[in-house]
This record gives sequence, C-alpha cells and structure tokens, in this order.
Amino acid sequence: MLLEVKNINTYYGNIHALRDVSLYVDQGEIVAVIGGNGAGKTTLLNTVSGVLHSRTGEILFEGQAITKLSADKVVHLGISQVPERRQIFSTLNVLDNLLLGAYLRHGRDPKEEIWKDLDFVFEIFPILKDRQKQMGGTLSGGEQQMLALGRGLMAKPQLLLLDEPSLGLAPLLVREIFRVASELREHGTTILLVEQNARAALRLADRGYVMETGNVVLEGTSKELLGDKRVEEAYLGVSGS
Amino acid sequence: MRTEGWKRHQTSIGIGVLAIVVLVLGWIEMAEPMGLDFSDLTGGIVTFDTMVRVGILTIVVVGLNLLMGHAGQISLGQAGFYAIGAYVSAIMTTRAANRGINVLFPGAIPKDWWWWPWLMIFAGMVVTGGVAYLIGKPILSLRGHYLAMGTLGVGLIIFVLFREGSTFTGAFDGIASVPRLSIGSFEIWPRDRYYFLVWAVALGIMWLSLNIVDSRVGRALRAIEGSEVAANTIGVDIDKFKLQVFVLSTVYASIGGSLYAHYQTLVNPAPFGFVGSLDLVIMAALGGLASVWGAPFGVGIIYAIKEILRARLHQVLHGAGGEHEIIVFGLLLVLIMIFMPQGLSFGVTKAFGWLRTRGVLRRGGGGEEMESQVEQAA
Repeated sequence: MLLEVKNINTYYGNIHALRDVSLYVDQGEIVAVIGGNGAGKTTLLNTVSGVLHSRTGEILFEGQAITKLSADKVVHLGISQVPERRQIFSTLNVLDNLLLGAYLRHGRDPKEEIWKDLDFVFEIFPILKDRQKQMGGTLSGGEQQMLALGRGLMAKPQLLLLDEPSLGLAPLLVREIFRVASELREHGTTILLVEQNARAALRLADRGYVMETGNVVLEGTSKELLGDKRVEEAYLGVSGS
Repeated sequence: MRTEGWKRHQTSIGIGVLAIVVLVLGWIEMAEPMGLDFSDLTGGIVTFDTMVRVGILTIVVVGLNLLMGHAGQISLGQAGFYAIGAYVSAIMTTRAANRGINVLFPGAIPKDWWWWPWLMIFAGMVVTGGVAYLIGKPILSLRGHYLAMGTLGVGLIIFVLFREGSTFTGAFDGIASVPRLSIGSFEIWPRDRYYFLVWAVALGIMWLSLNIVDSRVGRALRAIEGSEVAANTIGVDIDKFKLQVFVLSTVYASIGGSLYAHYQTLVNPAPFGFVGSLDLVIMAALGGLASVWGAPFGVGIIYAIKEILRARLHQVLHGAGGEHEIIVFGLLLVLIMIFMPQGLSFGVTKAFGWLRTRGVLRRGGGGEEMESQVEQAA
C-alpha cells in the first residue's frame, strides 16, 4: 500500500469538513474520488499533501506517518499536488514554472536528469515547448492546466495528487488531460484524482470512492461504481452525457 | 536560468555603472570643477546633503523591495526597524558609553576606541534582526490587508516606545551629539567622505540583494509571490523563506538607521512614525517593486520632487506654501502610478520599447540597415 488514510477528521474552524474518511492507494493505481461541490474532496487532498492538517486519524505514506508534516516536507517524500484552479505562477514564464516544479531536486539530483524530465514533459505537452518563453498568466485555461500538471511531474513524484484537472476545460481538452494521466500510469506514476466529472474520472481510474458532505459513502472498482444505480442517478445522469 | 551573453554580467555592469555615477558626483562635490559644486549644477535645488540621504534610504528601500516585490509580503512598519538601528547606535555611542558602561566598568571603552560605533552598528543589526525574528513568526502567517495592519501596529509600537522612553531614549527631544564615524584617526567627515561611505554600503547591499534574487532563494521568493499555495505544493518552505526575507529587510533597515544616526548626529522620534513607514513603501513602489535597481531611483525621485517643489512652486504659484507642495506631490504620485503602475524602473524599460517600435530608437546601431531592408522587402 503506497498511501493509507485512516479515519481522518479535518476541520475549518468549527466546520467539520472530513468525517472519519479512510481510503488507500496501491502502487501503480489510479484512484478517483468523486462527489459534488462541498463534499470534501479538495479538503481530503489538501490534508494528504499537508496544506491542511487533520485533528484525528492517521495518514501513512509507504508505511511512514505523514499526518503532522508540513506541505514542503510531504513533497520531499514524493507526493506532488497539482492544486485546484491550477495556481500556476502567472508572472513567471513557462520554463521557469516547470523548473520550479523540480525545486527540491536542484542540487540533489544531477542536472541532466532534471533536463531529461523537462524533455519528457515537453514530449507529452508539445504546446508547452512552443510556449516556454511565454508568461504563465498569458496561457489559455487548458494550457495552464497542462503547465500545472507538467510542474507537478517535474517533482518526479511517486504519488501525484490531481485536484479537479477538468475544471473549466472544454471536453476535448479534458480528454487530452485524462489521456496523459493514463500515459503517466504506464510510466509507473500512481495517481489520486479528485473530480466532479465522475464519468471521465471513473473511466480512467482503477478504483473509486464517492464522497458526500465529508463522508465516504461508497467505494469499489470503477466498473462497479459506473454500474451502480445510486452513482448513476446522482453523478452520471440517467441519460448519460 | 541559463543566461547567456551580457545578461550574465548584468549585475556587475549595473553596479559598476552606478558606482561610476556615484564617484563622478562625489568628485564634482570635492574638486569643484570650474568652481561649481554639486548643488550649483542643479541650480541650487538639490543639495549634496540630499545625495547622502538618498543613499541611506536606498539601503532601507532595497530591503523593502525584496520583501514586497519578491516575496509579496507588505510591511507598513519598516520605519520602526529603521528606528531600532538608529537608536541602538545613538544610545550605545553616547549615554551608554559615557554614563553607563564606563561608570560600571571604568575605562571599558577608552575615548580613542574608534571601532566602538562600528561594533554598535553590528549590534543594532543583531537586535533588529532578533526583534524581527520574534515578531515575524506570528505576524507573517497573516495575509494581505491583515499583514499590512499587523506590521503597521508593530511599527507604531516601536515608535511609541522610543517616543515615550523618557531619559533612556530622550523622548521627544531624542539623543543629541552622536559621534561621527572614524577609522583610526581618519574621521569619515566632512560630508563628501560620509557620502562615499554611505554609497559604498548601498551598492554593496544592492549587489548582495541582486545575487539573492538570482539564486534558488530568489526563485522561491518569486514563487511565494506568485501563489503561496502553489509554492507550498512544489515543496517551498514558505514560512521559513518569508521569515528570512523579513529579517533580512529589517537588518538592512537597521544599517540605514545607524548610518542615519551618525550622519544627523541627532536622533529623535519624528522620522520613524507611520508617515516614515509610508514614505518607504511609496519609494519602493515608485522605484518598481520587483526591481532592486528601482530602489535608488524611487528614493531619488521622491527627494527630487520634494526639493524642486520646495524651491520652485512658490515662483509658479504665488503665495504657495507647504500645504500646496503636498497637493502637487500627491498629484505627481498618482500620475506616476497611473502611467507606470509597475514603478519607474519598469516604466523606463517600457518607454524604451515603445520608442523602439516607433523607430525613434534602434537596437545596436544597425537601424539604418534594417530600415532599408524593410523598404526593399516592401
């Protein structure tokens, strides 16, 4: 088990945002967490990545407790988050954005390896190569999402946390982003994905969890969830999209 | 990151050019070519005294520049830290030396120990940095307007402490007869000698800051400025970096304060209140927030505008007094910020680009050739 989340409870002040949430991610898997607005999906990711901290419960990464670690320490261990609404550095150019993704590796990994990973990112997102001198803020929404994803990859994570990668993107771009995610799995990256776009997420993922108001209400393989009556009614739409 | 050509030497060249300007101005003041000293050349409007003050405040504003422009954290209390440096130097080289330490330990500081004030400049840096470290931990977790309010409060508390410090800080009257600096028996005075000292320190601090900006730390700071969440998720320890740059900026302020104390030889609370902090922020913003180069220009422009208005406004507008100066001063600030919202240093770069596209200026002297080629192509 690469990541194990055990009964965590996270609060925003008095608001109980996560209630006894448990899940696990195995090496090489893509796991999707689906649910509507305010279900606690982003809170869950932020708690795993150390941006937020849970009051009770435990998070284990490769058997090591990371519950109390700050976000930068968590990145050290090999968990990289692509935050919601992309959060790219809009006043830096694309190349600098990507190199900052490898921030912790500078001076630790040989330069050639970082440049090799940069080439890999350019290979999967050729548009970023063309735009590398352009300021991050001038990119389109889809390109910014690619940049955010590329930046996450530059950290060479064992576990990639994706927060709503399809948010505000045209269907074609959503397909492109998800295609890249499945390509990353081939390269051995494990992904924990949070999505409102349940159908696309479950088609990509191996397993899934359904969240509602801070609870995990359902879990299973993607096939099971896609075929589940309740999931279909609540998130997929009866007619299909 | 991989820079080539002259850009790699940009820092050294820039500092070199600025150093030459400083040397030339200093030389004019000392040698008085054709019997003209510095203030004659400016028609008596800008005095040499101003040049020293610009140098001192440049040191402070460079720190604010790093903090605000590169790390995106505002401080409305910087004058407070400027005050700590000034007061540590003033107190420790006057009453503490004469009536405190030498009374408790007779002869501990002999009269001819010229290095004592220098040591106290260093002590001021340590005290200021220590205070900033202790305050910075809780206060830097505030964001945006709240951080502005927090630092404003800190600045005011420091200000009030010095103002109400009775005999220890001299209250409203402050501390007089702060000694001049000297090295051995070489006194750093008259003014032109002090001018060279101040600008040597200012250039050194600019050089240091430019190197910080260009390093991994600088990139981390810019990441924090861009997005704290994203900086955090790529593994930047944002709390640590914010604290470090905050402490560094206050240490700069302290150096400026000490140099001010030894220049003015009188330290009182007046320049260290809220208006003092605000002036510093305006100077930093005017020079260009994310540009170390902007600092001397921001400070210089503010001084120049103030002095020109003082000297000339009453000739243009009959009977105009101090309050009218403030109105025109404010108006000019608003205009500059409307037309150069990123500050002077970026405004000038933009103006050059604009002139170039209009064909007024051409890159590297190859202008005519290029134009004829364009004509042929057309």
